[in-house]
Amino acid sequence: MADALSGEILVVVEATREFGVKKVTLELLTLARTLGEPSAVVLGGPGAAAAMADRLGEYGAAKIYAAESEEIDAHLVAPKATVLATLVQRVSPAAVLLPSSQEGKEIAARLAVKLDNGLLTDVLDLDGDGVATQLAFAGSTIVRSRVSKGLPIVTLRPNSVTPSAAGGSAPPVESLDVSLTDADKLARVTDRVAEQKGSRPELTEASIVVSGGRGVGNADNFKLVEELADLLGGAVGASRAAVDSGFYPHQFQVGQTGKTVSPQLYVALGISGAIQHRAGMQTSKTIVAVNKDAEAPIFELSDFGVVGDLFKVVPQAAEEIRKRK
Amino acid sequence: MNIVVLVKQVPDSGAERNLRSDDNTVDRASASNVINEMDEYAIEEALRIQEAHGGEITVLTMGPEKASESIRKALSMGPDKAVHVQDDALHGSCAVATSKVLAAAIGRLDADLVICGAEATDGRVQVIPHMLAERLGIAALTGARKLTVEGDTLTVERQTEEGYEVVTAATPAVVSVWDTINEPRYPSFKGIMAAKKKPVERPSLADLGVAPAEVGFDGATSEVVSHSKRPPRSGGQKITDDGEGGVKLVEFLASEKFV
Ligand SMILES: Cc1cc2nc3c(=O)[nH]c(=O)nc-3n(C[C@H](O)[C@H](O)[C@H](O)COP(=O)(O)OP(=O)(O)OC[C@H]3O[C@@H](n4cnc5c(N)ncnc54)[C@H](O)[C@@H]3O)c2cc1C
Ligand SMILES: Nc1ncnc2c1ncn2[C@@H]1O[C@H](COP(=O)(O)O)[C@@H](O)[C@H]1O
Repeated sequence: MADALSGEILVVVEATREFGVKKVTLELLTLARTLGEPSAVVLGGPGAAAAMADRLGEYGAAKIYAAESEEIDAHLVAPKATVLATLVQRVSPAAVLLPSSQEGKEIAARLAVKLDNGLLTDVLDLDGDGVATQLAFAGSTIVRSRVSKGLPIVTLRPNSVTPSAAGGSAPPVESLDVSLTDADKLARVTDRVAEQKGSRPELTEASIVVSGGRGVGNADNFKLVEELADLLGGAVGASRAAVDSGFYPHQFQVGQTGKTVSPQLYVALGISGAIQHRAGMQTSKTIVAVNKDAEAPIFELSDFGVVGDLFKVVPQAAEEIRKRK
Repeated sequence: MNIVVLVKQVPDSGAERNLRSDDNTVDRASASNVINEMDEYAIEEALRIQEAHGGEITVLTMGPEKASESIRKALSMGPDKAVHVQDDALHGSCAVATSKVLAAAIGRLDADLVICGAEATDGRVQVIPHMLAERLGIAALTGARKLTVEGDTLTVERQTEEGYEVVTAATPAVVSVWDTINEPRYPSFKGIMAAKKKPVERPSLADLGVAPAEVGFDGATSEVVSHSKRPPRSGGQKITDDGEGGVKLVEFLASEKFV
């Protein structure tokens, strides 16, 4: 039996320029508080930590380690892993927690190799004995696993923990030395391009997701999906068939080869519910579907299903929500 | 430009998949196995680069005996040869150990470019590409939806939450691709016939300089403690639209406090 976790827990902060500290970071801090004392690790460009200190403190960070350098911003992932590995070796934390985003997993991957240490990705929970809960095979299998070599390096699936504030204030910031090797600077980021998304919440973080499938018919009709999402304050998602047909951009694809979402409410419009689609939305708390085929598999997992034409049901629902507002 | 394409054989994601009850590993024996879908995009991308720039393409797989079916299928799309790392000691290997074996195998090939899928559908971990880059001391350009090769400079568009990043590196490098990058070709009859004669090298772990204790269960850095089938979600209420379906939908949402 492993010793119970205690002591310092490093939480790698993820933030966006648009929205600041991401919700998953607050989830990580909330989880870290159940395991030990959270320290936030900010890896970013100059000035990154100061802008986030209040928020990180509010959610329980007792300390912030800040590695701020143009070099970090200008290169892909590797510098972050190098700085983090140096920190881990110096402070010997009880665990390192990261978001299960593409970048979070990539930092974890490099860290694991540098430290010759195990890692667990896409976990829903980590208990005090270091045992993580994961879902495998499109959510059909519950797996309990643990790192058996080294400290737990764990990435958390967004929306797995309800973030709760601890009421702390901005903690002290310790700035970290950023000393990189040539190998850290091989992949240079030459441009960052923002694509349309408007003011909607980010897909993996949203508490409500409204997705459209092939049944939506064409790109123009996706306005219906967007309208319902906006009325509910949610994000827009799409099935692979909708993405492949060019109705909606790929970054909004939900499913096995797209994003995994775990919102409070998932609304599936004109989506049949193929196993690969379910893989990305199974853990949603409440699922609602509109599909004209009464036999569509999506109904097997829907808490509320309407068998009907989405072009009639959705506009009526939108109108009803407006009335109630 | 010499290219190594990583191909993993995985259980078909559309069919029933299980973990074994005896040793908690993926049940590959009773599953219907296929090439990891994303790896087909990696093969296609390699073929397009070869068509434009020449060089040789080697398929690299670490996996059980059965994986040779997937290797033949990969070769039938056009690559020149393959390396299949197969050893009973590998059973139970974690991602950290897998990356050690793949890196050692890549090290013996004179690769300018390693292309792989962004993630495998069995474990969905998305970690192998950066682990390889870390071990090989070369660049990783991951999550590519577009790849351009100019001389020895590689440039990718990497999908992010907010849009995309343009990332560039000199060869040698690892590039991982999403399914938006291209449309994989189907093997032709000629390709299928030719694949039967293409060389498949089978190095032993010793040839790779990897000790059995570093891989498999002995070398694993993480372990499955237990696993169980998740009870399927049960469907709730289902109504047929009688002209008031939208209103009823909102009534449900309101009862759950979403409206
Ligand atoms: C390796 C692999 C990975 C995959 N990864 C993913 C993934 O990440 N995400 C994903 O979504 N899929 C994925 N797929 C594809 C998946 O198998 C399905 O093909 C896909 O999810 C189907 O999308 P859909 O439900 O929109 O389309 P369809 O299955 O065509 O369903 C459309 C539905 O819309 C309904 N409909 C049509 N018109 C109307 C109307 N007017 N009103 C109401 N309902 C209507 C129909 O009854 C039907 O049920 C993957 C497949 C493979 C092999
Ligand atoms: N055992 C393996 N043999 C060959 N390639 C692999 C293996 N495992 C992973 N890969 C490659 O690494 C990619 C990412 O896999 P993963 O990090 O496991 O999600 C896959 O799409 C494959 O191209």
